[in-house]
Amino acid sequence: MGIAMTARVTVEEVERVAELAHLELKPEETPAMLRDLNAILDYVAQLNELDTKGVTPLAQVSELRDGAGVCVLRADVVQPSLDRAAVMQQAPETDGVFFKVPKVIER
Amino acid sequence: MSSEAKPAESYVEKPKTLAELRAGIATGRTKAIDLAASYYERIEKKNPRLNAYLCLTKERALVQAARVDDAAAKGDPLGVLAGIPVGIKDVLVMKGAPATAGSKILQGYRPPYDATAVAKLEAAGAVLLGKLNCDEFAMGSSTENSAYGPVRNPVDTERVPGGSSGGSAAAVAANLAVATLGSDTGGSIRQPASFCGVVGVLPTYGRVSRYGLIAYASSLDRVGPFASNVRDAATLLSVIAGHDPHDATSSPAPVRDYAAESDKPAEGLRIGVPREYFAEGLDPEVRAAIEKGIAALEAAGCAVKPVSLPNTRYAIPVYYLIATAEASANLARFDGVRYGPRSKDSATLADMYRHSREEGFGAEVKRRILLGTYALSAGYYDAYYLKAQQVRRLLAEEYLRAFAEVDAIVTPTAPTAAFKLGEKTGDPLAMYLADIYTVTASLAGICGVTVPCGATKAGLPVGMQVLAAHLNEGTAFRVARAVERAGNRE
Repeated sequence: MGIAMTARVTVEEVERVAELAHLELKPEETPAMLRDLNAILDYVAQLNELDTKGVTPLAQVSELRDGAGVCVLRADVVQPSLDRAAVMQQAPETDGVFFKVPKVIER
Repeated sequence: MSSEAKPAESYVEKPKTLAELRAGIATGRTKAIDLAASYYERIEKKNPRLNAYLCLTKERALVQAARVDDAAAKGDPLGVLAGIPVGIKDVLVMKGAPATAGSKILQGYRPPYDATAVAKLEAAGAVLLGKLNCDEFAMGSSTENSAYGPVRNPVDTERVPGGSSGGSAAAVAANLAVATLGSDTGGSIRQPASFCGVVGVLPTYGRVSRYGLIAYASSLDRVGPFASNVRDAATLLSVIAGHDPHDATSSPAPVRDYAAESDKPAEGLRIGVPREYFAEGLDPEVRAAIEKGIAALEAAGCAVKPVSLPNTRYAIPVYYLIATAEASANLARFDGVRYGPRSKDSATLADMYRHSREEGFGAEVKRRILLGTYALSAGYYDAYYLKAQQVRRLLAEEYLRAFAEVDAIVTPTAPTAAFKLGEKTGDPLAMYLADIYTVTASLAGICGVTVPCGATKAGLPVGMQVLAAHLNEGTAFRVARAVERAGNRE
């Protein structure tokens, strides 16, 4: 199963994960976040006690034999969606057609 | 509720039943518009202390009420919820009304469409009073994670109403709405129903469309009703359930008349009691109340027998890995581009994302996004996320095996009654353990009802969780009705 649950996250790892998640932690937030994450990961490590060799992962309950879902695919037909003007009204910055954002390429 | 040592300050008030109210409206004795006005009056008086409502949708409510009164005057057919004042948890969108999900990151957002459950309520005649407070993005078990301040429990305002649908539960308990909608991902309807002494329904996964529900963990999220009694909650479920082309995971199974099913006696039903739910950590007063409820079921002619769900203890770890992993993906969309506030003065797109999210998200949301991102990140995916999904299957199969032997399973909804505001805010893990009895049903996709089942000596409500197999809501309602009847006789 590769790496087991280690339950020891370092400051560097928290910072790396924050970057992946587009989150910014204030320096004063990091120690508390590190402590909480390690406490939670320590707790979830009890899953290691269970032998799950050969068990198929369950992502959606519709995969269960007795589940409610029958995964029905809809017909691939073009349908009207939300009105563009109504959507754009909610945008922080727009030219009426597109969402505007700061420049993507740094010089 | 026990009469001794009642808390000094109580906002509890029981709404009239749907049947009673609707009969008044149909005959013209009660005007929907007056009923709505009386609710707004009460909200104005009591909400400043309870903080259950985040915003009121008066204009829309009064237009709808007038429409109902018109139809009643003309003798036109009325919907099953004609003129009934209902509140909506602020994770479900209503066209043009502020939608915050309890977060600053959506401040000022007015969605251009209605959630399917909201539209269905209104089509049945309901008068939608406003949006109800909740934990930020439904992440929490006390409603203390709302960016707009905590909700107070109407039974004792120094205590939490539970969460995340704390506003929805409190509003029904204080009669600031006849019924409300909430959402439940790991217990967010059932646990606050238990804490506030009202009925809360966890429909089968896929029974109610999630279209217009601001997503937390999509494989777990459900929309469900709160009401002051089981029959009314069942009526609401029949209105909001059904297949929706906008939600591919919504079930095509026909919608039943759950109120009629709840009328059937529980006699002859086989009730399972899992010993793992009565182990260490269960408050003795909660245990006593639930055991009394089980005795009442036996007296009503149910066959009560022990069942075993040995992997129950792994449910919290599995839930917090899967829910946070899904949340980390779902909440990526809040980045200051399409809706909500954008952080000012960011030179680049990446800075703008980061700053907008830093300013917009609260601590618990950040914690869960980080945990979920970690569990999904390269090198840890197999050890955490995949392992959790494997154990999820074991937990679901355990329930299915149990339901081959029994029609319903009854447990406490939460290990304790409502705790004090601030009691658990410093310890995220302690807060997570408040969900210990509710998360397994969430992972398995089965349905359930929380029904009031006695109280502690201090007068704090205790709720029994009645679970049934996929799409067997009718059975859960029947059992809940029997518990309710026994409570009413006291």
